[in-house]
Amino acid sequence: MNARAAVLLALFAGALAVAPLVADRYVLSVLTTVLWFAYLGQAWNVMMGFAGLLSLGHALYVGLGAYVSAALFVHFGIGPWLGLWAAMLAAGAAGAFIGVLGFRFGVRGVHFALLTIAFSEVARISFDHMAWFGGSGGLFIPVAADGGDPLNLRGSPTLFYYVILVLALGALALARLLLHSRLGYRWLAIREDPEAAEAVGVDLFTARIAAVVVSAALTALGGVFQAFYFSSLFPEQVFSMGRSIEIILPAIIGGIGTVFGPVLGAVILTPLGEVLAWALEVSGLDLPGLKQLFYGVALVVIVVYRPDGVWPWLARRLGLGAGDR
Amino acid sequence: MAGNPTLPFQRVPWMSFDYHLNIVASGLLTGLIYGLAALGLSVIFGVVRVVNFAHGEMMVAGMYGAVLLSGLAGLDPVLAAPLVAAVLFVFGWLLQRRLVNRFVERPEHMQFILLLGVATILLNALLLVFGPDSRSVQVPYGFDTVELGPLLLDEVRLRAGAAAIVVAAALFAFFRFSRTGKAIRACADNPLGARVVGLDIDRLYALTFGIGSAVVGIAGTLMVLLVDARPQLAPEYTLLSFIIVIVGGLGSLPGALLGGVLIGVSEALAGFLLTPSLKTLFSYLVLILVLLVRPQGLLGKRS
Amino acid sequence: MGDLLEVHGLTKRFRGLKAVSEVGFAVPQGAIVALIGPNGAGKTTTFNLIAGVFPPDEGEVRLAGRPITGLRPNRICAAGIGRTFQIVRPFAGLTVEQNVVIGALARESRVDAARAQAHAVLERLGLADQAGRMAGSLTLPDRKRLEVARALATRPTLLLLDEVLAGLRPTEVDRMVEVLRDLNRRDGLTILLIEHVMRAVMALSDRVVVLDHGERIAEGTPAEVVADPRVIASYLGSEAF
Repeated sequence: MNARAAVLLALFAGALAVAPLVADRYVLSVLTTVLWFAYLGQAWNVMMGFAGLLSLGHALYVGLGAYVSAALFVHFGIGPWLGLWAAMLAAGAAGAFIGVLGFRFGVRGVHFALLTIAFSEVARISFDHMAWFGGSGGLFIPVAADGGDPLNLRGSPTLFYYVILVLALGALALARLLLHSRLGYRWLAIREDPEAAEAVGVDLFTARIAAVVVSAALTALGGVFQAFYFSSLFPEQVFSMGRSIEIILPAIIGGIGTVFGPVLGAVILTPLGEVLAWALEVSGLDLPGLKQLFYGVALVVIVVYRPDGVWPWLARRLGLGAGDR
Repeated sequence: MAGNPTLPFQRVPWMSFDYHLNIVASGLLTGLIYGLAALGLSVIFGVVRVVNFAHGEMMVAGMYGAVLLSGLAGLDPVLAAPLVAAVLFVFGWLLQRRLVNRFVERPEHMQFILLLGVATILLNALLLVFGPDSRSVQVPYGFDTVELGPLLLDEVRLRAGAAAIVVAAALFAFFRFSRTGKAIRACADNPLGARVVGLDIDRLYALTFGIGSAVVGIAGTLMVLLVDARPQLAPEYTLLSFIIVIVGGLGSLPGALLGGVLIGVSEALAGFLLTPSLKTLFSYLVLILVLLVRPQGLLGKRS
Repeated sequence: MGDLLEVHGLTKRFRGLKAVSEVGFAVPQGAIVALIGPNGAGKTTTFNLIAGVFPPDEGEVRLAGRPITGLRPNRICAAGIGRTFQIVRPFAGLTVEQNVVIGALARESRVDAARAQAHAVLERLGLADQAGRMAGSLTLPDRKRLEVARALATRPTLLLLDEVLAGLRPTEVDRMVEVLRDLNRRDGLTILLIEHVMRAVMALSDRVVVLDHGERIAEGTPAEVVADPRVIASYLGSEAF
């Protein structure tokens, strides 16, 4: 990262840090969503962007994180700061399980992606039938009557905003750190050419499992946030295929395998969606599906014209050097 | 539903053998349509080497095509099938020519994402045009049943299944006997070799994508005899086709048909023996099992 | 010193056809040995068997006396064998430096130390000024050198080179030969190479092993081998020398 990039990043982080002072409730909620998707995109990117493993079932890990932490809170009064460890453990274990099954049996590429979808669908249907998790009727976290209990992540939108800001920045830093670690180099090698990677001493199996576990555990943390931010969970929503796709969009649009890509993707996508929704409402064209239709068009346009994502292109334009640092 | 512990394995009172046979038979007929849809996916994957993520959307488009033709012209879905097939053929042809073709050499995940975008556009276009509510077709034989030995089958299911067999047979014949079909097969086996001997690969790819789209469109028109058309069905059918193709073996045409029948029957049995909402779960478990034990599918070849 | 690499009775069948049949030879410590033979003789298959790409159906491979037969490629690398691929496969989307750092990380757990080591290797192969370039954008000779650099960075005791001279211009061949000879003389690196460029084979190797139709048909000094009537026949029978 050159000096210019460092200054820009500091400015960006600074602006986000003071945003609640000027932003109203609505803008704050949009920013919270942006950061949440940026965070999840970052977590997904560890698998796809770094290690070259396409997961189309990341809703599974979001959902496991959300449900485990929420159920612990609802049933035993265990707060999210403790519950998040259980959540990460559960998702990490699920990731390891899928990884071990998949990689041991040589399930690769599209087949592996389908395996991830299958497991997330299995989770969706199973959670629909598990009463302890509220079943299809949903699991609800009581909203604190007195307005705040930060220790249990019950509080104002500002509290949530800062929590997700810290998470997103933390994920950014972690991604950078990982990418420049021994493990990160090995992931990149596997992404580029598994056979050549193996020839220079990379143990494909453990490195791939590590990618799935790290990605799953990070994603679960985003799920914990979701559970306490929205206070209600439905399997139909949490584990849906659509959610998995929403998670991967920012990273794809921003740039797969880059550290800033998911952030940029979320910054582009979420407000675009909001503006679209607003424009459609104002113009009286508020038809179901129109917004998603535009998302689809945006996706196709991006993969056709900017297949590496917007970030590498923007980074060059801003004179920030190679976009992958 | 909350707080109501649902037993996944409900005790079912003992029923006659004939009753079970009926369930298997109607599952088999539905499975033939599933198989036809999966056949379209398999054809495209086998030749163009691209996984059509918009497959379910095309199928639902076919369903709506039948609904439209039935409403406007009173056309029976079985008769509407050729028209719908023609429209989807052109759509598939153009999709391959204009978009997918430039992704053939790109990494798998980029192809996936491109077709995900196409699927999103199609799905929401259908939602915009037809709305979220179910649409159905009315046929005079809608409630008739046919007695076949110990079996009592819905006439719609019988007709749909028979039509699916006819279309599948035509497809097999096309690939086995026609010049173009053979050229496409050569192109699937060895694209480079096919180019060397002077085959127009881009045209054959477009043709294949068109054929695959037409086939799934026909599956949609037949499906509408059994199930009301809703946009929300599309992702379900995409996943279902994937499952079937993988169970049967990617790129194997008989495999797709076999997988379809297998999934159709197992769905019917699971929906009957377990609770109906668990029937898809069963399909996913079959998929996971096949991926682990025989990743190349039942009739697939090891790569 | 004795033999660094010993290969005994190596056999591999593909769909019933024997690609390699009871091949045996040894690479003495500190030597440069060439594996030659017409196309389809089983040279690359032999390499892949040694490097662990697939296990042999029969036979044994020993490195410094330790059996390494059937180990995964990453374990073989850890045991001390570095390899290049016949069709070069650098990590195209990464920089030249990153490519070599990944190699260096095979024995070095600290990234900065690996980077320092990578630079030393790049310097050695004359690639230092290309360090920041994407590997995919290099010319073929540079990609071949990168391939050698990456293998070298894993600090092997034995280097397997699969046609690193093929496709190079004569001046580039001479340069690579110089680098290899230097690695052998100064660092005591043992090298086993597959090569078609006979001029380089004659200049470099201490011993030559000849394969044909998956079998070892001759072994000896370069001079002995080219005089061997069976060798001449095998080449004349298949393609121009």
